[in-house]
This record gives sequence, C-alpha cells and structure tokens, in this order.
Amino acid sequence: MPPTRVMVNPVACSGHGVCAELLPELITLDEWGYPLIDDAPVPPALEGQARRAVRDCPALALLLTSRDGGR
Amino acid sequence: MDGITSSTALWFASRATGIVALVLLTVVLVLGIAVNRHGRLPGLPRFAVTSLHRAVSLLAVAFVAVHVITAIADPFVAIGIAATVVPFVSHYQPFWLGLGAVSIDLMIALTVTSLLRGRIGRRTWRAVHWLAYVSWPVAFAHSIGSGPDLWRGGLLDLAIACAVAVAGAVIWRVVGTRRETPLSQRAARVLAGWPGSGPGHRRDGPPGPRPRDAGRLRAGRLHDDRLHDDQLRDDQFRDGDLRPKAGAR
Amino acid sequence: MTAEHMTEQRPTGQRPTGQGPTGQGRTGRGRTGRGSARQGRPPAPAGLPRLIPGGAGPDAGLGAHLARLGPLPYPPSADALIGVAEAAGLTGRGGAAFPVHRKLSAVIGSGRRPVVVGNGAEGEPASSKDGSLLWLAPHLVLDGLQLVASAAGASRTLLLVHRDAALIAHLSRALEHRFAAGTDRALVELVEAPPRFLAGEESALVNFINGETARPQFKRPPVYERGVGGRPTLVQNVETLAHLALIARFGAGWFRAVGSPAEPGSMLCTVHRADGGSHVVEAELGAPIRSLLRLGPGVQAVLCGGYHGAWLDPEQAARLSLANASLLPAGSFAGAGVLAELPAGRCGLAETARVARYLALESAGQCGPCFNGLPRIAGALADLAGPRPGGQVLSDVRRWAGLAEGRGACHHPDGFVRFVRSALAVFGPEIGRHAQGQCSATDRRPFLPVPAAAAGEADWS
Repeated sequence: MPPTRVMVNPVACSGHGVCAELLPELITLDEWGYPLIDDAPVPPALEGQARRAVRDCPALALLLTSRDGGR
Repeated sequence: MDGITSSTALWFASRATGIVALVLLTVVLVLGIAVNRHGRLPGLPRFAVTSLHRAVSLLAVAFVAVHVITAIADPFVAIGIAATVVPFVSHYQPFWLGLGAVSIDLMIALTVTSLLRGRIGRRTWRAVHWLAYVSWPVAFAHSIGSGPDLWRGGLLDLAIACAVAVAGAVIWRVVGTRRETPLSQRAARVLAGWPGSGPGHRRDGPPGPRPRDAGRLRAGRLHDDRLHDDQLRDDQFRDGDLRPKAGAR
Repeated sequence: MTAEHMTEQRPTGQRPTGQGPTGQGRTGRGRTGRGSARQGRPPAPAGLPRLIPGGAGPDAGLGAHLARLGPLPYPPSADALIGVAEAAGLTGRGGAAFPVHRKLSAVIGSGRRPVVVGNGAEGEPASSKDGSLLWLAPHLVLDGLQLVASAAGASRTLLLVHRDAALIAHLSRALEHRFAAGTDRALVELVEAPPRFLAGEESALVNFINGETARPQFKRPPVYERGVGGRPTLVQNVETLAHLALIARFGAGWFRAVGSPAEPGSMLCTVHRADGGSHVVEAELGAPIRSLLRLGPGVQAVLCGGYHGAWLDPEQAARLSLANASLLPAGSFAGAGVLAELPAGRCGLAETARVARYLALESAGQCGPCFNGLPRIAGALADLAGPRPGGQVLSDVRRWAGLAEGRGACHHPDGFVRFVRSALAVFGPEIGRHAQGQCSATDRRPFLPVPAAAAGEADWS
C-alpha cells in the first residue's frame, strides 16, 4: 500500500487547531495557530486517528494523500 | 392494550421526542456557529466543540426519527409515510406537517452530505450546509404550528429560549463575519500592527495588546509608498548617522 | 560573448521610446542555425537576437514578420509539436522553467478539449520583457499561441496581458491583421489581468478567468487537469510561445545552437543598470552574468531572479552564469531573467525592506503562514533598515522565514523568503553598521521599481 501523508489545504485552513489536538504526533500549531505538519508517511498505528482528524477538520482543509505531496 | 391507550402513548412519544428534537437542533445550530466562529467551550479542548456538534446532530436525527415513526404509527391521526418527506400531502394538518416534511428533507441533505463530506468536496459540502439556516426556522415553525403544547407554560418558555438562543447565535455569526478582515487587507493589518508579533492573527484581526507605536505603518497610509520611503529615510537618517530625530520611534 | 541590446524600456513596460544599439552580436560558439535550406523560407536567425529583430524599432506588422521568418508551419500532429518541443529542450520562460513538452503532453493527453492561455501578465514589477515582446514581436507570440491551440484542439484560446489600453489596442490590431490574412486557426481572446504580483501565477490566472479574483488556488487538482471552466488548461508564458514559434520554423537543432546542452536556447532578460536605466536584452542560457552587467566598483550587489530571486555579491555574480545549473547552487535562480545592479551608495537593506513590504502587501491573504509571516518579516526588515533595531529583530526574521516557507498555496512565501535570506547574507555587514547607528548609504533615493501594492478587494479582480 502506498504510504499516506497528511497534507493541509492552506487556503481552506483558518487555524481552528482541531487537527493538532487529534493528531499531536504529526501536527503542531505555529505561533499563529496554523498547522505544522510532519510530512513523513503516516505510521499504520496512527492511520485511524489521522482519518478522524481529516474528518473532523471544521474547514475540511486536512487531507490524506497517497501521492507525493507537491504543489 | 386497547387502541386508544397505545395511541395516546404513541402520540405522547411523538410530542415528547419532537420537543427534545427541537431543543437538540437548537443546540446543534448554536454549536455549529460556535465552530465557525472558532468558539471554545470553557475548559474543553478545541475538538470538543466540533465533536459535540457532530454528536448532538446525530442524536437530534435519532430523536427526529422516533418523533416521525411514532407519529406515523399512531393510528389516531392519518399521517402516511409519504407525508414525512413530501410536503403538504398529509391529511392531518397538511400545512404544519408539511413544514415538518420540508425540515426533514433539509435535514436529510445536511446529514448525508456531512457523513460523506470527505468524498463530496469542500465546496459542495459548504453549499449544502448553508441550508441549516433554513432548516431550523422551518422546524421551529412546524413545532409551533403543530404543537399546542408549546403555546403555554414551561414549554412556551422553552420555545422562546430556543428562539432567543438561535437569534443570538446568528447575530454572533453575522457580526463576526462582518468584522472579519477581507483577504486583501489581512497582510496590511498585520503590517499595521507592527511591532507586536503576538499570538495568531486570525480572521478577526490581531489579538493581543495594541502596539505602542504603529505610527510609521498605520493602516491609512499603507497605500502611499512614497511616504514610507520618506519615513525610512528622512525621519530616521541624518547624514549617514542613524540617530533618530526627536519624536521618531 | 555578447548579447543584442534592444530598445530602452522603462521598467513598467510602457511604449518603447527609441532605438538601441544595432551592433550584430554573436554567440561566440561558431554554430549557425540550419534554417536557410528550407524550401524558400528565409534563413533562420543566426546568433542573437532571435525573438526581436536587431535594431528593434516598433513592431513592423504581419507582413514584415512573415517576410523575416516565413509562414508558420503547423506541425502535422500534436505529437509532432510535443516531439519538437522535447527535442529542443524548451522550458518555460515565465520563471518556473518547466519543460514545455511535458505540459503539452499532460494537457493534450487528457482526452478533453483543453483551454490554452498565453501568459503575458508579468506581475513582477522589475520585469518588462513580456511587455516588450508583446510590443515588438506580437506576431511571434501569436504564432506560438496558434501552434499550441491548434495542436491541443483548444476549446478556448486566451492571451492574458497587463491592463494597458495602448497594448491591448496594439494586440487587437495584430489579431485583426492575422484574421484578415487567414493565418490563424484559433480565435484568440484578449484578457486584461489585474496588476497584482500574483496575477500571473498559473492557478491565480485560471481563477481570474473563471470569474473569481486573481488569487492562487490549492493545486489539487492541478490546472493542467482542471482549470478554466473545469477543463485541462495549458498556461504558457508569452516568451515561451515565441520561442516555440521559431522552433516550429527552424527546428530543434537550430534552437540548441545557443545555450548549453542541459539548458538550451536563449532567454529575454530585463536588466536594471546601476545608472538607473533599464533595458531588455536577449541572452543565451549559460551566458556569464558579467557579460550582461557592467559590474565594477560602482556596484555593491546584484539582484538575480527578480523579487523572488536572490541578492549576490558582485564577486559571486561575476563567477556565475545565466543558467539554473549555475545559479541554484548559489541560492538564486534564473527565473524570468530579471537582473539588477545595486549602485554603491544605496542602502541594500532599505531597498530590500521596500520590496519586502510590497511583496507582503501583495499576499493574497488566504494562507495563514503567508499573511502572518510576510508582513512581520517586512516590518522587521524596515527596523533593520533603520537605526539600532532591537536585538530580537534578526532572530525573529529568521524564525518567521522558516515558518512562512513552503506553507502557502503558491510559491510567494518561498520566493519572498529566498529574497530576504539572501539580503541578510549579502547585506550582513550593513546590518552590523545599522546596529551601531551607522549607515553607509549616501544616496537616499529608492532604486528598485516598486509600484503601489493592492489596497482593497477591488484590486484583485
């Protein structure tokens, strides 16, 4: 299975910060409240939590991607 | 159990679950606005607001379902299954129940899109979710119109409280949105707030203390590039020596 | 190696005012194009310039264009065009240097009729090469646009330009002549872009054409999959299209006659001289920077790559050449070919602060790290450009730069950070002087061109 990564849509993100609470192993907040995301592949143990974080983002800004990040 | 007693039980159940559903839907709407406004419930983490909004909405759906099923099952009033989702076709109180049907249709749209929000894309989900602002008033009108329980006493107070809560939350939403800095001004506002790195500048302007002296870069003068150049140069510099003139920062 | 100088241009891309020197520059490589053998077609331009005829006066019209270069040969198939673009190694001249054949393949292979956009928006204030090209060689650009539109079977063909009534009129006339002469297969729509730094960014211009503001979008899906009207969209800089129009006539081998194997061909550069004037010049890729700039004791620093590029020491610049292979390791890049010499006697920090302020205000305001980080950095740079900034300022700048970089929907914060970091490095000694309350500048006038930034929402549409 291709490695999944967490990614944020920075246009949609308004800094709610829910993701950092639900996935603290991979996401912290910068000094302005926006997510700093570890772009390493999501460990299998965290995949459920990652999906929950994606689902619960109020702005639907968080994504799980199996493609290589890249803008 | 004779028909009248079971009918009464079902009728009571329908009315009771309807009232609870109205209260829950009120809570859902207020929580939804709280999420949008980045509101926090005291002592609870951020995800609590959004999780509660989701949980209570599902609970509300459950209560609405029971409310509808008991109403249909009750043999005393002639409400067919169709009337629950097709507006204005019931024989009993067609108008007020019709509003209930409209409200349910909207709720189905909201629920389905929200359960599938990861798949349908952000824009579609948002567009449908606006219907929440239609769904609540319609449900409220249905409640008042078809529920004489709510016209007196404690339940009247409850209905009024729900209306006030929604009105307050909507005002919060509208005022908050109007105070939001438009995209084109966000960088300018942060610049005008310099110095003062403070905690996050989010949508409603930089929180934290107003900076002592933002005179040089005050918002009204941001468009005048020339003035800024002067301030960088003439105000600050004197013959290669950078001692500030009196009064400059 | 020399490069052919073109008409003096004022930095904001206004009408050319006169003629430049008409010396015949050579590439110094001794190779010539192989154009003269084609059935009665005029010979291929040998050496430089290629895009704009030597001694550039105002555009002489369609007739002169066809007389100089011959008619446009449409390739027999889309694959043929892709093939010749690949063989030529043509990369985008808008700054990103993305291989043209790959963009073409992605869009043409999509199965839907795409939209083709020629990008002449040129949001970079210090660049006037696209404006010059559209003034002086519009038919070359329009040829290239036709090639791509025809090969792609475009459902719409657009040319995006500055809001400049005179330029629009000029291009409209050119299009009318072509229509009358029957040279075009695709109908070209002229679109005016708002004067924003980011208006020429691919997803921003697509958003603008779709009726929204000229703001960049999150790149999923990318514009070559879903762009204007939901269709796959090909966006190509106008200079790239011009090169393609020549490649179609004279071949990939001719294109590769100048430049290097890895970075072939030529590119237009906007040069801002230390004397305050500027001009547009066509240079081969790999040309030494010192052949394009005077350098010397009157120059304290060189800006290479425009406002998303990097400051360089003159000694460093003198060792580098106009190619990403040379510039990227030095922290710069070729970009859209903007080169500026900062005269001695100016304050590099003040210049940087002015530009940074403009860039910060040109943020689309969509992404938190950008609209928070860039203005703070700009404010801090203004402090550094002043006397005795606080001790924290420099470390704040570095921290914010790290937070802004890579976290926007577009490359604006990345380019900004590159520009700022290079300033901190190159003007390090000046930072030290300012900390002591001294400044080495003797000339207070602003040097780099900085227009008024966006003021309100209306400026983005």
